[in-house]
Amino acid sequence: MLLSVENLGVKIGAVQPLEGIGFALDRGEILGLVGESGSGKSLTALACMGLLGLIGGQRLGTVAFDGVVQDEAGLARLRGRKIALITQNPMTALDPVQRVGEQIAVVARLHLGTTPAAARARTLDLMTQLRIPEAAAVADSYPHQLSGGMKQRIVIAMALAGEPELIIADEPTTALDVTVQAQIVQILGQLVRQRGLGLVLITHDMGVVAQVCDRVAVLYAGRLAETREVGDLFSAPRHPYSAALIACIPREGMAPGSLTGIPGAVPSVALYPPGCRFHPRCPRADALCATTPPPQGAFACHHPLEVPHG
Amino acid sequence: MADPLVEARDLMRRFASGGGLLTRPRTMLAVRGVSLQIARGEVLGVVGESGCGKSTLARLMLRLIEPSAGSVHFDGAEVTRLAPRALRRLRRRMAMVFQDPYSSLDPRFTLADVLAEPFAVQGERPAPGRIEALLAQVGLAAPMAAAYPHQLSGGQRQRAGIARALALSPDFIVLDEPTASLDVSIQAQIIGLLSDLRRDLGLTYLFISHDLGLVRYFCDRIVVMYLGAVVEVLPRPDAAPRHPYTSALMDSTFAPDPARRRTLTALAGEIPSPFDLPPGCAFAARCPRASDLCRRETPALSGDAHPTACHHPL
Amino acid sequence: MRAVLSALRTPKGGIAGLWLVLVALGAVLAPWLTSYAFDIQDLPSAYQGPSAAHWLGTDEFGRDLLTRILYGARVSLSVSGISIGVSVFAGMVLGAAAGLIGGAFDRAVTICVDLTWSFPEILIALILVAIIGPGIAGTMAAIAVAYLAQFTRLTRAQILAIKGETYVEAARSMGASNLFLLFRHLLPNALAPVLVAGMLATGDAIILEATLGFFGLGAQPPTPSWGAMMAAGSALLFKAPGIIVLPGVAVAVTVVAINLFGDALVRALDIKTRPREG
Repeated sequence: MLLSVENLGVKIGAVQPLEGIGFALDRGEILGLVGESGSGKSLTALACMGLLGLIGGQRLGTVAFDGVVQDEAGLARLRGRKIALITQNPMTALDPVQRVGEQIAVVARLHLGTTPAAARARTLDLMTQLRIPEAAAVADSYPHQLSGGMKQRIVIAMALAGEPELIIADEPTTALDVTVQAQIVQILGQLVRQRGLGLVLITHDMGVVAQVCDRVAVLYAGRLAETREVGDLFSAPRHPYSAALIACIPREGMAPGSLTGIPGAVPSVALYPPGCRFHPRCPRADALCATTPPPQGAFACHHPLEVPHG
Repeated sequence: MADPLVEARDLMRRFASGGGLLTRPRTMLAVRGVSLQIARGEVLGVVGESGCGKSTLARLMLRLIEPSAGSVHFDGAEVTRLAPRALRRLRRRMAMVFQDPYSSLDPRFTLADVLAEPFAVQGERPAPGRIEALLAQVGLAAPMAAAYPHQLSGGQRQRAGIARALALSPDFIVLDEPTASLDVSIQAQIIGLLSDLRRDLGLTYLFISHDLGLVRYFCDRIVVMYLGAVVEVLPRPDAAPRHPYTSALMDSTFAPDPARRRTLTALAGEIPSPFDLPPGCAFAARCPRASDLCRRETPALSGDAHPTACHHPL
Repeated sequence: MRAVLSALRTPKGGIAGLWLVLVALGAVLAPWLTSYAFDIQDLPSAYQGPSAAHWLGTDEFGRDLLTRILYGARVSLSVSGISIGVSVFAGMVLGAAAGLIGGAFDRAVTICVDLTWSFPEILIALILVAIIGPGIAGTMAAIAVAYLAQFTRLTRAQILAIKGETYVEAARSMGASNLFLLFRHLLPNALAPVLVAGMLATGDAIILEATLGFFGLGAQPPTPSWGAMMAAGSALLFKAPGIIVLPGVAVAVTVVAINLFGDALVRALDIKTRPREG
């Protein structure tokens, strides 16, 4: 396993916004982390990268990379070299006063120790693989001269320049137009398969999950609701929250009025309810759900949905 | 259309950008000759990517900005020629819901203040019980009237924005990406609420969105815009696209169904800058079907039941 | 008002606020707090050090220093406070008009403001005092004009930023007029930062008043002002350092207190940092 996470939690001061997260990811695999805002997706990513210090958090549980359990210092050594991060907003990831080609090349030089000429060649090669037209001209541009989609491709190229084995992408296409999002999602998917990378894809978009992910971890209010193969999740979700999330996406041929959403909203950390945290919004909840947290497993629910026959 | 409630005729809007002491400002056409009609009780969707002029169109329809050319008509009145006083009177009948639920409410106002504002603008006071009724109509509890925006979640703020739009009992509401900043679960709640309100109050909507899947779920007819112009009007939400751009938009929307995974025939390139549009069809540079004709002549919107602006429709 | 109270509740804001209240009370109640007169000379008691009779000693004419500092606070605080008040008001009117009307009027205001901005405040003040003549009226006019640019610019920038908020567009979509927007949304939301800037500028104004007083262009003898007292004491720096140091300390501590309180106010006024309730 490239990345395996067990019983991962995060403590910030007296509160514990995340607990009991576990998943594993192999090379050439894409794991989707989904859930509403406030469900703990980005926190999970920070914890896996050893970046909790940024927000004054403390990690609980274990994160193992390539079979070796890592402490925070170990994760810090892997970060950038073996583990790369792609963020939602490309503008904050790029230096506005440096040519974008330089920014990619510097990663290659720092992590691989190549000569400037080799780094430049590698930069152009990467940009071409990301289907950036006229790579040489784009490499000599400044970030403000490029469109949002192009900037996000540059950020992906920067992430790839250090030849990482694991990429964690936090909403990489959310800020982009749909036609551009489709291109980027497709490129990311192909890169993972061709190079045998592992990709943790954080997204709120169930369409993107269905299109590229192999497995999906559904988070709700800082806990895992369900972890399944993507096909199983969409055809037979067991946790009512997963089913409700999927039902929120308008699809072709849906009857008018059938889109109703999930009542209420994700509780904030201070207001996590006892028992199953989803129970105040759940149509299947009963007295047991209000008092006892459900058992952990592929789906954490006292009253899971049945698997449809046929 | 026999008797549309709202109609736009050849709307144009030019914007100037830059231009300092020594440089000449550059101009762009954000909206290039858009005509459309909205029937009473209809939900008309306008869909397109960023920079296609859909938000500018929304503001032109309510005369929040002045058109460079063309006119807007509302129930027989020419909105774009009304004097200020008559325009203010007419504004009782049209309202708008905005995308950003965070900046659309004054941070110093309680919800009661927010909902009283439309009345204050018209020089009135809300009838007793009206504020509570409005809150109930959008699913907010009565004690919320005393809450400030920063105490509310995004979904609750957007409900307040909808209640404000309903305050003066309008006929027509422009919805400018009302769910784009919300989670899908909340988006579905808000869309459900908007459907109920339309049914109960007989409202007419202009629904602006970048999400074709959502527009096809919610709207009766769909206008597809690309770089300031209408490229296609889908007469039914499930109509097959005839314009290659609409088709590409549909392909780019991933269905939430892993069984329907596909390799995309992704569009080449990106949207060109509206400041220097090429001659001919604006989509020609990215279009798999483009010919020399497309790069030379701008196609006009066809006059049939499924209007399409394409030399080589599907 | 609530912001002022919550600023007072922070340690820094509380201490600073306490000092400002003490200085203000001292200035107002000066005639009741001291039995000496600020202007009657008592040459035999000149150059005394601190004693039970004269807590801070006496100056070169034998006048009680504490008395003169208290009366000096009257001049310093009222001159800077009133002139900054006038300046804030005028700046808000100008800035709001420029931001709201826009066009040629806005450009004219901006150019004038930028012109005054490009001169040092002390230079503008000196020119104005030269025109009006030395004295309290001249000093007040000089301070008001010197800071006008700052408040005009700040108000204009605030108005322009708030004009772009969606809630303003929403009000427009209901048919709100410019005046309605101005008094309902624009000014109330622009007010807090401008008032805080005015508060902070009052500290600078005390220094400017003291500077003009030091040059003999402010309050005229025998009226004591902190700056004029320091000017008188400058010749006697080594013989009687108290005469220059004590009013200097009064200026310094008061200005620091104003700045600290202003900072606490900035923090208390930021609506977004208020904890979520409910």
